Amino acid sequence: MKRHLISAADLSRADAVLILDTAEELASLADRPIKKLPTLRGRTVVNLFYEDSTRTRISFEAAAKRLSADVINFSAKGSSVAKGESLKDTALTLEAMGADAVVIRHGASGAAHRLAEWVQGSVLNAGDGTHEHPTQALLDAFTIRRRLRGTGPSGARGAGLDGLRVTIVGDVLHSRVARSNVLLLSTLGAEVTLAAPPTLLPLAVGSWPCAVSYDLDSELAKSDVVMMLRVQQERMTAAYFPSVREYSRRYGLDAARMARLPGHAIVMHPGPMNRGVEIAAEVADSVRSTIVEQVANGVTTRMAVLYLLLGGMEFPATGVAQ
Amino acid sequence: MTDHDSWLIKGVTIPGGGEQGREEQTSILLTGESVAAVGPDLDHPGARILDAGGLIALPGLVDLHTHLREPGREDAETVETGTAAAALGGYTAVHAMANTDPVADTAGVVEQVWRLGRAAGHCDVQPVGAVTVGLAGARLAELGTMADSAARVRLFSDDGRCVSDPLLMRRALEYVKAFDGVIAQHAQDPRLTEGAQLNEGEMSARLGLAGWPAVAEEAIIARDCLLAAHVSSALHVCHVSTAGSAEIIRWAKSKGWPVTAEVTPHHLLLTDELAAGYDPVFKVNPPLRTKADVTELRRALADGTIDCVATDHAPHPVEAKETEWAEAAFGMTGLETALRVVHRAMVDTGLLDWAGVADRMSVRPARIGRLTGHGTPLTAGAPGHLTLYDPAAPAEAVTPAGASKSRNTPFAGMELPGRVVATFLRGVPTVLDGKLA
Repeated sequence: MKRHLISAADLSRADAVLILDTAEELASLADRPIKKLPTLRGRTVVNLFYEDSTRTRISFEAAAKRLSADVINFSAKGSSVAKGESLKDTALTLEAMGADAVVIRHGASGAAHRLAEWVQGSVLNAGDGTHEHPTQALLDAFTIRRRLRGTGPSGARGAGLDGLRVTIVGDVLHSRVARSNVLLLSTLGAEVTLAAPPTLLPLAVGSWPCAVSYDLDSELAKSDVVMMLRVQQERMTAAYFPSVREYSRRYGLDAARMARLPGHAIVMHPGPMNRGVEIAAEVADSVRSTIVEQVANGVTTRMAVLYLLLGGMEFPATGVAQ
Repeated sequence: MTDHDSWLIKGVTIPGGGEQGREEQTSILLTGESVAAVGPDLDHPGARILDAGGLIALPGLVDLHTHLREPGREDAETVETGTAAAALGGYTAVHAMANTDPVADTAGVVEQVWRLGRAAGHCDVQPVGAVTVGLAGARLAELGTMADSAARVRLFSDDGRCVSDPLLMRRALEYVKAFDGVIAQHAQDPRLTEGAQLNEGEMSARLGLAGWPAVAEEAIIARDCLLAAHVSSALHVCHVSTAGSAEIIRWAKSKGWPVTAEVTPHHLLLTDELAAGYDPVFKVNPPLRTKADVTELRRALADGTIDCVATDHAPHPVEAKETEWAEAAFGMTGLETALRVVHRAMVDTGLLDWAGVADRMSVRPARIGRLTGHGTPLTAGAPGHLTLYDPAAPAEAVTPAGASKSRNTPFAGMELPGRVVATFLRGVPTVLDGKLA
């Protein structure tokens, strides 16, 4: 694996499967009374968050702490960043403090890429603008594999997502989750279809490794996975669609649409949800929904990524390969 | 007696010079401020000799589009440093854009810039006046007063911003007819490019950067061509960057409309794929486009649809570029590399010969800028502005450190052919042996 995780495109199929398999090993920890491993003792992980994202930050924080790393939370509010320090100067400061890994969430696309040029440690992209969010894609892939390909050593170990049909619905244009998922899920062998109004798809989407549809209804019956994207408040008034109600009518996942999915199909959402806009409450709370599971899997998957990127010592319980 | 005011440049080739276009080694004698004679067997006792064997002589280059940053951003560039960079690039005249602080929208500011240029002495500085007060796009600046000032402004531009209001654009075009003025438009529909960061296409989609669509440039150019035709006044299109823009300008010219256009060196060589590493040194407005655009821009420059090369030299301090892409300033330096880039993009590709380069980088830009005394073929009696260039110099990697105060060249590390050996302004060398004289 590379030293950094900035784009899902950085991961080969073997890398991605290794992360999922490692996460599977780590998942067994969650059932133990003591959840902590000594693997990253003495290592420092900095959470550098320029955007409010409590869920992603605590997920990374929990992951690092369960591996016994020292965690420093550095948020734009209340730090020198708010006083106008440049990303480069912040990077040099973290470097001087000896960060082994920097987890960065930033509003500008490419911020993680830039940071990686200025620090020695590993950089983990926790979402950069409208570019990518690769650990979200990994946790989504992990969730899909567990649900549809089984868990544990007897189940999905070593497997990709070959042949699974994943439909990603909504604001692809501005979605870092969609970009990372298209790349990662196709690397793992899934057939990805993007379903969205044309205004919310990049013009050049034809060059992506996926299919495109403007009609959600025609995709439902053949989908193993439907992944709903959040509609950001600022899109609702910028002529991307006529009204929230029309968007919901055409691209929202309600109970009637859910009923047309195959029996085994699952419904995903990276959160936070707009209930009643892209997803109806009865769908979000149904047995098909993996939304809560995704949160739990997020911690496990991020542990796997930190473990592999920081080249931790051999995993003591089960001996995950280096 | 030595005649320190005279130079005899021996063994030089003048592209397009000579009888029936025969290009032979010849000599150029500069005395006083002018070319005294051109011929193979010149002698002038006491003149300083410059052995120019293997070099070509071009009429001094003229840039229609330079940001000298003074007044206001002397941390990025000054008239002194910018014109030194220009001389090193072979330029004898530059047009200084109006987006300074304060904006060059009054006679006072344009005269200040003009005087700073005279004092620096590296090349002539012709100020460009703003079209609208403060570049705000709301009301016309005092165009006539700037035209009548000591700076004799003829080219007006809100460059950096588009005069997007069609009525204001029409009035500006119409008004400057009274003094043979030209409106140089930065063609960018503001609504179609809100927050735009990179050419809208495969790269912007992949990198998650807000797209700057070609149509935002082309729609304004089409509108402005129609306006220029309607009021019969001169439109100049700045930094044309798309294949579609070239097509529209070709169409306008085929109608005989008074439209001219420029292309930058970077748009002739670089594509948006360079943004892959998010290094803002490749962030520029209009943005780098695709390979197909580059191909069409070269063709349009070769066939004369695009009249000239203009650098859009846009210096920025380090901190404006050492940042996230979206935070970074738009712009690239270009004066010191322009001729070498054109060499590679146009001459090495066989699209333009050196006489064509002289036309596109000196003769035509001087004509568009109404700059008398520049862009004159090198014959007896011509002003003593010339550039000596070694087209056979082996390709060398570009170093960002030059005379410009800023280092934001997108060509750093790139191997480019050729070398500017000397530049003469009014018969006096500003550059000798590739260094400031």
